[in-house]
Amino acid sequence: MTETTRKTGVSRRTLLKSTAGLAGLAAGSGAITGFPYVMSAEPKVLRYLGTAVNEGDDISKQCLKDTGIKIEYITATTDDVTKRVMTQPNSFDVLDTEYFSLKKLVPSGNILALDSKKIKEFDNITPVFTKGETPGGKKIGGQGTAPWKVLYLEGKDSKTFSKTATEFVTLIPTVYNADTLGIRPDLINRPIGSWAELLNPEFKGKASILNIPSIGIMDAAMVVEATGKYKYADKGNMTKEEIDLTMKVMTEAKKAGQFRAFWKDFNESVNLMASGETVIQSMWSPAVTKVRSMGIACTFQPLKEGYRSWASGFCVSKGVSGAKLDWAYEFVNWFLSGYAGAYLNRQGYYSAVLSTAKANMQPYEWAYWMDGKPAEKDIKAPDGSLLEKAGAVRDGGSYEDRMGAVACWNAVMDENDYMVRKWNEFIAA
Amino acid sequence: MDTSEDVLQPLSPDLVRGSETARPAKAARLSPSFISWLQAGPMMLVFLAFFLIPLVFVVIVSFWDYNEYQLLPAFSGRGYTDTFEGCLAQLPDLCTIVRTYLKTLKFCFLVWAITLFIGFWVAYFLAFHIKSKTWQMGLSLLCTIPFWTSNVIRMIAWIPLLGRNGLVNSGLMKTGLIYQPVEWLLFSEFSVVLALVHLFTFFMVVPIFNSMVRIDKSLIEAAYDAGATGLQTLVNVIIPLAKPGIVIGSIFVITIVMGDFITIGVMGGQQIAAAGKIIETRVNALQFPAAAANAVILLVITFLIITMMSRIVDIKKEL
Repeated sequence: MTETTRKTGVSRRTLLKSTAGLAGLAAGSGAITGFPYVMSAEPKVLRYLGTAVNEGDDISKQCLKDTGIKIEYITATTDDVTKRVMTQPNSFDVLDTEYFSLKKLVPSGNILALDSKKIKEFDNITPVFTKGETPGGKKIGGQGTAPWKVLYLEGKDSKTFSKTATEFVTLIPTVYNADTLGIRPDLINRPIGSWAELLNPEFKGKASILNIPSIGIMDAAMVVEATGKYKYADKGNMTKEEIDLTMKVMTEAKKAGQFRAFWKDFNESVNLMASGETVIQSMWSPAVTKVRSMGIACTFQPLKEGYRSWASGFCVSKGVSGAKLDWAYEFVNWFLSGYAGAYLNRQGYYSAVLSTAKANMQPYEWAYWMDGKPAEKDIKAPDGSLLEKAGAVRDGGSYEDRMGAVACWNAVMDENDYMVRKWNEFIAA
Repeated sequence: MDTSEDVLQPLSPDLVRGSETARPAKAARLSPSFISWLQAGPMMLVFLAFFLIPLVFVVIVSFWDYNEYQLLPAFSGRGYTDTFEGCLAQLPDLCTIVRTYLKTLKFCFLVWAITLFIGFWVAYFLAFHIKSKTWQMGLSLLCTIPFWTSNVIRMIAWIPLLGRNGLVNSGLMKTGLIYQPVEWLLFSEFSVVLALVHLFTFFMVVPIFNSMVRIDKSLIEAAYDAGATGLQTLVNVIIPLAKPGIVIGSIFVITIVMGDFITIGVMGGQQIAAAGKIIETRVNALQFPAAAANAVILLVITFLIITMMSRIVDIKKEL
């Protein structure tokens, strides 16, 4: 039994046209971790690789209860997730990653597109993903790697994105959000309304930006556009000259001592803000919530230029087949069936299938999180702790207002390689 | 940090060869060379498998080509040329990459000098001022206490102390010495050097202490009898005899600091780049050949420094 699985594993791997050296190393490790499963008598286990956004104990427990599928989380940063898909495609079953990574992942041939016909709620997925507009009909900015540009493949094993809808979906959408700057209103004492404020000398030595090149450059571009210095054709796909210009503006600010520090993970951003080292910085919504739950004023500030958005979803490793693939579909279907969506909505993210999430939330919760209305009752986090007192309104307002104001999406540029080098120079400057 | 393992490796062949002379005379039946191979074998295998072979791979990969998502096993110098892209055009200004390496060297030198100074006197105190063996043991164990927690925690512990609203700043403000928080305490070159010294002084103390306790006390007495002053004894007797310890400690500290990017990243607020950081970002961008090329460059620089040090002191002879 192990023999056959091992064999299929190896032959499949030899088919992979990816890197000889690394694939060789990865195959070695994959062969060890990769085969002890598949038999039907064994428990249903899926190894789930992703960033921590979608990963929650409550979700995996509920999933086990509802479907009998045991989820084993493998948590990594966005960069590490991508690295792992490239070098160890057999070390996971279900992949939870962001749309902007697809430009790297799909050509590597290490992931398997899912069949939209087998996804029960596929037709109910929010038009944000399929049409690039909100349910209310607001057109969403499509700069960068917008999900609808990379949602479909031409064929099952195709490495080309399809412009029209096909059966083969690169990532089944799960969660997304519109990001903006976080500020400390108690230390700034005046309204902040533009991305340009990040480089305002008033906040010299008290500003921060995240040090993840592909996301950081988008924030930088939002700032450059906001200052009126330049207008990009596509912030998510700059030319070399545009990258140089963007990095020049940022480098000058850095040399003038604008930034206190750069952050790379959630907790770093929380600490910088909570300790008062920074008063304005790029931030993620749950990080703002975290600072606020520590009793420190922090606002996820809507800005007039709009939001920078991101989205993530599920696909599976190329190596997944047979019963395991069925479980993967079962899991994805379960994920979209409401419990997880409501859970994510309650954290300030948005779920891909709104109808099922709504059915799993209290009307007052829905009104607060999605409709932008003042909270009728106290708003609790999924773990039961108090997030907002009754009467509070969500930063940025309703789903329509926020998603409708998205200006661009996290992206991988054609000039990504050059951009990363320039970003490094900026960090080192 | 895993660099410490690499540090040990270059020393091991010397240790191994040293054992050749110390082989027991009894084992006459087996040929002496066979026995020495047997003794050296395990270490050699470990050295080969975990150091030399991976190193060869790194060098090979550094000459491969790459794109967004894969390595292309074709000979290419792109890893190196990309690294120094635009450096010639920028002359006489130094380009970022060169400045990054220079900054790494600067940290390396500062940390080396400070840890050597502190380490030397701590070891001196332990070796010559503490008479009882028990106290010597006890106190040197005391030095290891900081190592009971992880590197990262010891590093992060500085942040609430040095921050804008940290303990030091609020203390200074309360005493009226300053009216505004001192900003350069944290996320600056100062905090980087401070944390590195804090983390690595111990690596100086142990080898220097080790050489000092082996100094024959009668030599010092002889120097005293011959009328040498304290300073003369120190310069002419103790320092020369403690040299192997100093060099070994220096090698430890230099190799660790050259490869460190976590401390420099955390304490520098991710604003100060180090050679190790270049490698990390390259790896994160899936540019493995470029990362490997930088690793090779870093290795060569470190190797040169260590070669220079071992020119000054022949460790093989001294041990």
